[in-house]
Amino acid sequence: MATEIKFEQVNYWYQAGTPFAVQALKNIDLHITPGSFTAVVGQTGSGKSTMIQHLNALLKPSSGTVTIGDQVITNETNNKHLKPLRKKVGMVFQFPENQLFEETVLKDIAFGPQNFGVSEADATALAKRMAAEVGLDESLLSRSPFDLSGGQMRRVAIAGVLALEPEVLVLDEPTAGLDPRGRLEIMQLVTQLRDEQGLTIVLITHQMDDVANYADHVLVMGHGELIKQGSPREIFSDPKWLEAHQLGLPSATKFAYELQQAGFRFDTMPLTVDELADELAPQLQKGANSHE
Amino acid sequence: MNKVMFGRFIPGHSWVHRMDPRAKLVLSFLYIAVVFFANDFWTYLIMTVLLLASVAASAIPLKVYIRGLLPLFWLMIFTVLIQVFFGAGGHVYWQWGWLVVSQNGLNSAGLILMRFVLIILVSTILTFTTEPLEIADGIESLLSPLRKVHFPVATLALMLSLALRFVPTLMDEAEKIMNAQRSRGVDFGEGGLRQRIKTIVPILIPLFVNAFNRAIEISTAMEARGYQDGENRTKYRLLKWHGVDTVSLVIYVISLGAVFALRYFS
Repeated sequence: MATEIKFEQVNYWYQAGTPFAVQALKNIDLHITPGSFTAVVGQTGSGKSTMIQHLNALLKPSSGTVTIGDQVITNETNNKHLKPLRKKVGMVFQFPENQLFEETVLKDIAFGPQNFGVSEADATALAKRMAAEVGLDESLLSRSPFDLSGGQMRRVAIAGVLALEPEVLVLDEPTAGLDPRGRLEIMQLVTQLRDEQGLTIVLITHQMDDVANYADHVLVMGHGELIKQGSPREIFSDPKWLEAHQLGLPSATKFAYELQQAGFRFDTMPLTVDELADELAPQLQKGANSHE
Repeated sequence: MNKVMFGRFIPGHSWVHRMDPRAKLVLSFLYIAVVFFANDFWTYLIMTVLLLASVAASAIPLKVYIRGLLPLFWLMIFTVLIQVFFGAGGHVYWQWGWLVVSQNGLNSAGLILMRFVLIILVSTILTFTTEPLEIADGIESLLSPLRKVHFPVATLALMLSLALRFVPTLMDEAEKIMNAQRSRGVDFGEGGLRQRIKTIVPILIPLFVNAFNRAIEISTAMEARGYQDGENRTKYRLLKWHGVDTVSLVIYVISLGAVFALRYFS
């Protein structure tokens, strides 16, 4: 069963009705299709984090509706009926290692499923499976999560969310503060979850390379509004617009634009290193031949 | 967490906002001390008028102050009930076993409630209009005579400003952790007492761990920039006594003096 997420005219005010009231989301309409990989980009403070908190009803829209699977959430929705959503939509927050609290890694991963009524034995089995999935060595499972390295703690936290067996996985900058290898491994894990288990992925990121490499749909947020959406190719086709909104290009695309000024020609702008290589190889060959 | 108004700063440029934090501290303490001398209608009237005038001078709607009182509603009810039932003496209106509602009980309940509201509101004016760091600066400046007796005023002020500075940070952090645990299926505020206590553990442990880590990082960062405890330090923000402070002081002294006069000479 696939979970589809739809926003219709969603507005959200923080601290509505106080002198501190701030509108964080303005008339958001969006659609996340099952099995898709959606990247959410935008400057800090553009409303990305507020938006994703609507995806599992941690926040309810001040006006408008959010539809998650068959459940419609409005401002009036009773908080009591929201728990099943939390199992459907797994949420990995920024620096998720801050949510670890149990005595051992295994217990921490098994914490979530038990809140949804899974027996301790089943949750433990599930936890072992998820630990293996995120690449945690079995010897770590009996250790305290606070003894691990930052990268390992992050895997424990992600495993703790995966143990809920969600259909949609939302990740808020899961690679922030990790070394290049850690980043690559986390991104590989995410794509693997989508390709092999059919999870729907929503990823907040500042890494345009990740957007180009993995996403098939991009949402661009700015000042609480959804200012652009489309495929990575559509989004990255307008470097001036991106620059005006303080967003970058993938490094391969940026390099391609620089090469273009030096006389290279690209029929379609490459987004990834592989695409760039494919475009460059014949031109370089030609160049080499013409010098002979 | 966002709903807590008590003890919050609301930016602005009103008369009260522009006052020296020292003046605000002194006037608030003066007011609180005099509240305990007020004992009849006229003295309370003066206190109330003075308070409302100060609220008006802060340019923050009274509604916002009232909202600041709401979290303390149950405490107030509780205090009032205790006074009503256990303040003996005078005419008895109602009696049931050992529960007695008497004239004195009602009187003192009214007094306590009035004092409670006035004291909270006057301290709320201070916190609404003064940045926490300004309050810390003000306290440091007011305590500075104690340096003569080798009291570590600067250290105390630093501790105070660090603590105040990190209250909102810790509250934000608590909210983030709660959201993360909620996403993992924790129901806050549901079930029996035992269940509720169990849900606190997944918040408190990460919160403590983060607070300690942060404290270590801050002390490292401070030492890296050459901070040394007990050194004489200069200030970036200097406190200045202005005309508004003198005028406010005069108004307060006259009004509070009137309360004294009514109490002891009429």
